[in-house]
Formats: sequence, C-alpha cells, structure tokens
Amino acid sequence: MRAFSYEKPADPAAAAARAAEVEGAKFLAGGTNLLDLMKLEIETPLHVIDVNGLGLDEITETEEGGLRIGTLVTNTALSADARIRRDYPLLTRAIAAGATGQLRNKATTGGNLLQRTRCPYFYDTNQPCNKRVPGSGCAALSEGAFSRQLGVIGTSDACIATHPSDMAVAMRALDAVVETVTPTGMTREIPLEEFHLLPGDTPEQETALMPGELITHVRLPAPVGGVQEYHKVRDRASYAFALVSVALIRQADGSGRVALGGVAPKPWRSDAADAELPNGASAVMSVLLDGARPTEENAFKITLAERTLAAMLKES
Amino acid sequence: MSPPIDFSLRRRTLLAGTAAAAAFSAVNRGGAAAQSSAAPAGPETSTVTLTVNGEPRELTVDNRTTLLDALREHLKLTGTKKGCDHGQCGACTCTVNGERINSCLSLAVMHDGDEVETIEGIGQPENLDPMQAAFVEHDGFQCGYCTPGQIQSARKVIEEIRAGIPSHVTGDLTAEIAITDAEIRERMSGNICRCGAYANILAAITQVAEESV
Repeated sequence: MRAFSYEKPADPAAAAARAAEVEGAKFLAGGTNLLDLMKLEIETPLHVIDVNGLGLDEITETEEGGLRIGTLVTNTALSADARIRRDYPLLTRAIAAGATGQLRNKATTGGNLLQRTRCPYFYDTNQPCNKRVPGSGCAALSEGAFSRQLGVIGTSDACIATHPSDMAVAMRALDAVVETVTPTGMTREIPLEEFHLLPGDTPEQETALMPGELITHVRLPAPVGGVQEYHKVRDRASYAFALVSVALIRQADGSGRVALGGVAPKPWRSDAADAELPNGASAVMSVLLDGARPTEENAFKITLAERTLAAMLKES
Repeated sequence: MSPPIDFSLRRRTLLAGTAAAAAFSAVNRGGAAAQSSAAPAGPETSTVTLTVNGEPRELTVDNRTTLLDALREHLKLTGTKKGCDHGQCGACTCTVNGERINSCLSLAVMHDGDEVETIEGIGQPENLDPMQAAFVEHDGFQCGYCTPGQIQSARKVIEEIRAGIPSHVTGDLTAEIAITDAEIRERMSGNICRCGAYANILAAITQVAEESV
C-alpha cells in the first residue's frame, strides 16, 4: 500500500471541498472495497478523507412518501430496516444476496454504488486494463481470456467489465435518485439510471460524479407495491458475484419492471423491456438484451437471464 | 490473560519480507502510476485511542495500518488471525462496537474511540465462552487457524438472527426469523475453514443457540 495522509472532516460540504483541493484525495467510507484495492495498489490515494464522521447514517421519510437513505447507512442496517423490509422488499433481498455478514456490517450505501468491478484483469496488475491504466488495452478481450463472469451488453471494445453490485440493481428497479454535495457546496440530484456511465472509450470514468463530489443520500420514491423478487444465479450458493441477477417487480395486472445485474457495466433496465412484461420472459429479454455482444465464454448469460426471469414469472 | 509473545526477528519473518519486496516491484509495473512521484500532503502517521477488550489503548500507527495489524503487531493480541488479508476468508473477524467485521479491511485510524473485542476478550482457557466450549465439544476445528474468526462470527450470527436481521435464505421478511441450519450456514459463509470442519461448526453453533434460548 502507498503512504497517505488522513483526515476525518465533520461536514459534508467541507469534505467535498477538501477532496477537490488536495491532490490525490479519495473518500473512505466502509473501506471494504477501497482498502482491498489499495493493498493491491490499484487504488493509490495520497490523501484519504474518512467520511465516517459526517452523520448521514439515518433513514428518514420523505414528503412524497418515500425514504431518504443516508450514504453511510450500512448494508446490514438498510436491509434490516422495517420500512425497507415492508415497502421495498426487493432492496432487502438484493442486499442480502451480496457479500457476507461481516462485509455488509461495514459496507455503506454510497460505497456500494461506487464499488469497482471484480473483472479479474482489472485486479491483475500484470495485465493490461483500460480501466486501471487508460490506453493499456483490455486483457479480457484477448485470445483465450477468461470472460465467463464479464459483461454481454453496454460494453465496448475498450472494456467488458460488469458493475458488481446487487443493491444497485434493486435501486435501479425502484427508480432511486442519488443526492450529492459538490466541492462548491451545491447539492445535486442524479437519477440512478444516469449515475453509472457506459465505458465507451473511457472505461476509467465510471460515474457521473465530478471530482470531489460526495454522495450524501440515496432517495427512494414512494413504494410501488407489487410482488418484488430478486433472483441471483452464481457459482456458489453464497458469497459469490452474480453470473446473472434479475430484479422483478410485478403488479397484479401483469405490468412491472425488470432490472438485470451481472451482465452490464451498470444495472440494466429499459422502459421498452418493462412494457413487454405481460408478454413473458422471452419478449422482455429480446428487447432488454437487444444488441448484446457476448464473448464465446459468456454467451450463456443471454439464455440464463431469460430462463431466470421465466422461472420467476411462473413463481410470482 | 497469557503473557504477550516476544516478537524477535525470525528466519520466517525475514523471508516474508523479501517476498513482499519482490511483489512490490512487480505490482509497480501495472499499477496505477499516475501519482507515483507525488507525496502525501500531511502526516503519514496518526494517534488513535481504542478500547480493546475493555482496556483503553493508545497507539501511534502508520495510516496504512489495518485494525488487524494494529491488534496483532502493535497490541500483540495474536488470537485474531490473518488469512487472506482481503476480506475473503473471515479469519480476521472481530467485533467493533458490537458488530462483527473483517479487521483486515478496516484501518486502525478509522476506529478512534471504538470498542474492539477480540477472541482474547471473549474467553480464556480456564474460563471459556459457551461458544468456545461448544467448538471443543463438537470438534469444530482441525488446525484451528480459522477458529477465532469462526467463533466471533458464530456468536454474532445468533444475535443477528434474534435481532431480526434478514439473510439471503430468510423466508417471510416481516416474520420472526427461526434459527435453522440454512440460516446459520448462509450467515457463516464469510468464514472459510480449509480443514472442512463445517458440519461440526454448525453443530456447535446450534447447541449454543438452543442452550441460550
């Protein structure tokens, strides 16, 4: 790990201002992903701004009947909150499907959204990776690469990594909005749909956040009801990243919403695909995964996504 | 409490140091090199006060020091084990402010004012915690390296179920959660046992859960 200086500010706007002002600064919340990457020297901050003193660890009710989740609410606390379990069970299911009890006790709401990909070539510093070292190439697209876990849609010639979060997939289906504070003290709202960027030619740019901008809250609109389910298909029964995950909200009239994890650089959902839900899993996936560019090793994800949704539609 | 271990430089330690230096130069080739010439803007050490097993302890550490290394190398509490050092194996599990965490994925400087409990604080050979006694009774280990972490997690798993924190295998999210084999297995998935003592670990946890109703 590279040496760094450390501070723990008490005010969100001050934290954002410091992050923009100090060279090589990085926010630290739960640390479960950042410290792992710092040990591997994939992340090399010169200055760490510990945000754990900012408050921002409460879930409050909004005037619209939704919930406003402080960025420092842990994954455990969020999944166990009685209002989340009752009104947004999809979110509890998705969080509980990820990581381990120890990790969920430290991992935060904002940090979960900002976690980096688990692409093995991003993690292996002996391999080229456009996300880790821009312009160095993509080892995942080289001959004979192991791409089984990687993305099938929304990817580019520069990067086929997926976003690893389960929580974010549920939040995308629930139309969550990210609230931030900028280094100049302004607040901003970013719909989750626009929060994560597709890689294009710049896979190192992963979110819509400006330098120094800090997530303060994630807001959920009023509950939408329906039957809410999260199915995660993975290589182990527990503690593994998704090959494919499906978040489903299904209303009594057959309408609803579908979001996918494990297939793209961001939670994958579209209004046009949602509209196909009354017509079944095949109809949804032919729209949602239209334009997919899988590798030979991960083409199975297309079939797996459709069959997972089909199984859920029969169950719900 | 046992006397602290005297950390003299041993051959094993020397070899480990050499390997680490070699790994460092390899990492530098492909790592993020953008800030390689720049230096941190402020001090690289911090002073932190922790309460460890009920005793206040003050430490001055390099900011890079994990809570795990602070416990083992600075406070000589070597009951907490370093396995993978990346949050994958659970050997480093200890309790901070009443919650189990991976101490390898937390910096010591993040824990100023926190209350830490390690395996040494849970029980001693002459005065075992019920979970420690149950692991002995059920042979919940072979080599024992993962055991402190297993026991830390196991005690908290029972508390977490009773506190109504749902897991991936929980059925009704609004009902009371039953302590079942499936619930215990799922919640223990962050603690890996290379000897494969899982069946006996499950038996030990089940016994403690039943006896502490």
